[in-house]
Amino acid sequence: MSTLTAATEAHVLRLMRRKSRVALAVPALILAYLVYVFFAFDLGGLAQRARMDNARILLADMVSYKTHVTRDNRRGTLSVSIEGNNRATYSPDSIPDWILTDGEQTRILLGGGQVVTYDGPRVLFDIPDHGTARLDVGETIALDLPSADWPASINASDSRVTITTDEGRLTVTRARTETLRYFWGWELFFFDLNSPFSGMSAIQVIATVLAGERIQPDRSNLSLAISDFWNNGIWRHGEVLWAMFETVLMAFLGTFGAAFVALPLAFLAAQNFAPSRWLRFAVRRVLDFVRGVDALIFTIILSRAFGPGPLTGALAILLTDSGSFGKLFSEALENVDKRPIEGVQSTGANAVQRYRFGVIPQVMPVFLSQLLYFLESNTRSATIIGAIVGGGIGLLLTQAIQTTQDWEKVSYYILLIVVMVVAMDSLSGWLRRKLIRGE
Amino acid sequence: MSAPALAHVQTEYLALTRRRRIYGGLLLVVFVAMFISGFRIADSRNAGSFWQGLHQIGDFPADLIREAVEKAANLPGHMIRAFPALVETLNIALVATLLGCILGLLLSLAATRGLAYWPRLVPVARRVSDVFRAIPEIVIALVLIFVLGGGPVPAVIAIAIHTAGAMGKLFSEVNENVDLKPVEGLASVGANWSQRMWLGVIPQVAPNYMSYSLLRLEINIRASAILGFVGAGGIGYELRNAMTFGQGKFDQAAAIFLLLFATIVLVDQLSASLRHRLTHGAPA
Repeated sequence: MSTLTAATEAHVLRLMRRKSRVALAVPALILAYLVYVFFAFDLGGLAQRARMDNARILLADMVSYKTHVTRDNRRGTLSVSIEGNNRATYSPDSIPDWILTDGEQTRILLGGGQVVTYDGPRVLFDIPDHGTARLDVGETIALDLPSADWPASINASDSRVTITTDEGRLTVTRARTETLRYFWGWELFFFDLNSPFSGMSAIQVIATVLAGERIQPDRSNLSLAISDFWNNGIWRHGEVLWAMFETVLMAFLGTFGAAFVALPLAFLAAQNFAPSRWLRFAVRRVLDFVRGVDALIFTIILSRAFGPGPLTGALAILLTDSGSFGKLFSEALENVDKRPIEGVQSTGANAVQRYRFGVIPQVMPVFLSQLLYFLESNTRSATIIGAIVGGGIGLLLTQAIQTTQDWEKVSYYILLIVVMVVAMDSLSGWLRRKLIRGE
Repeated sequence: MSAPALAHVQTEYLALTRRRRIYGGLLLVVFVAMFISGFRIADSRNAGSFWQGLHQIGDFPADLIREAVEKAANLPGHMIRAFPALVETLNIALVATLLGCILGLLLSLAATRGLAYWPRLVPVARRVSDVFRAIPEIVIALVLIFVLGGGPVPAVIAIAIHTAGAMGKLFSEVNENVDLKPVEGLASVGANWSQRMWLGVIPQVAPNYMSYSLLRLEINIRASAILGFVGAGGIGYELRNAMTFGQGKFDQAAAIFLLLFATIVLVDQLSASLRHRLTHGAPA
């Protein structure tokens, strides 16, 4: 008895020692790996490579916009536009009231009492209590500061002077003088400057739509408002909505197309349904191959054949998922209960009826739930694939990011993508409950 | 049961079946109509049409294979040159999976009723993991590339965030089925929250967690290759460069295709056998 206990005790102690060694070794291994990665990824150098000024521009731009007040120094003309966009240029008679202009002289009131004055080719930048900086545009740009501790960040050379304060930024070159003033929000989100509704407050717009005089005699204000919103030249809501539809369409066509392709293959690959062992082996290897090739490779090959667009994305999803569905479906088929099939057979059913009433009711819930799960995850994939094949919201997003200026659009698209994915998630969850559990 | 009642039940049952068949048929018709019209819309908005492209679908792979066979001697060299990039892609996936799963674990604990440290924040933790899960990797990667410059770090962060969201949901589903008795036992001897989780919950859920994490690793390797293609370094970046060289340099692309394919198959097999061991126990 006592020897048995001693042996057991020794065994237990040995087990516990081994467990504690493992418990220490695993975190140590992970730590060692992370240290290796730290050097492999050159995280030390990251701090130098990181562009914090870019981060600041990005964050500021996501929630604010700037209005450009530009003087062409060769022709002496003035233009006021939002984000320097041609399509968002104010006409000379509707310039915002913080810009006072009378021919030669233009006074731009920035926030905090700061004033920039364009006086012909001369520019004055006034900061209250700190005096006025003077810039003269000639062969070179002469900068004259009132004091050495004038509170602005200044970047000056002979051909270009930039003065930045919290309220705005002034850039002067020989060709032009430009002042930027920052405002919170997303500019012209509902109506662009070409629309009669632009500049109205929400209440004014509603009042005009409900009770106002017809702005265009041949149609109602409501239809005008909707059409102006839809065709907004800056935000292009119509196109964006189309792009989202394209992305969902890619996911829809890809997922269900893959299910069509995979269904017969799954029967050929399932042990209990395969007509021959060799065929089963061949089909399974094909499915393995298709899954291994990966969406990226399919996407590249298909865009060569079909060119950019949503169809290419849909086909890439279709091919990739055929492999996954073939495997998942055949596993579900291998797990079917034989008894219902025998029961159906005992009533004299033929092969088709056996499948229809014995097999399909068993596997349908599994298939459907897989399908709906993939539909949701493919909405996300379609965004990524769209960025590569050039279709849908993914394309708009990458384009907006590549300009490195339209960050407010980037945040708008990100918001839309998240809403789209969450909506598809709830839709697929709702359908799953409805179709499978019959609630 | 009397005969008329039986007949009544029969007619009712047949009517019900007929109705269900009509509904099912209608649903099918609507679905097929949606599918066909969707296909036609996608086809009309594509640069090349489906039926035309179908003939050309084999052209590029044929070119690729022909060149790869012609210059078969170059393939090993190209593969060796692309190997560091492959290691980078694998590292991105592994680090992102590791970080994402740790973050997902914390999120899942915070999102499970009965385990959460702050029970009031359970819905918040759930929404956070929903949002993390909804953001496609490419969005975060592209924005971070602008700030941090190209390279592996933006890809790691992007994949890790998405992984954390996905794992937060999957892990919390596992947590819902945890037996709370060990946790209560630990609480009764005065264990604090982290001890209760580490000693009472984790041992129960670890095999499931591991299995999900391995599956996620497979997914993340593919994601990491794709992110490389849009500029985040690794094998995807090499592939993109090889593709832009165009005709005459396809042997390089073919080598990378082969390398990527072999890696994905290898990792899938490895992870499948590991997962099999986790769920069915080690072979004796």
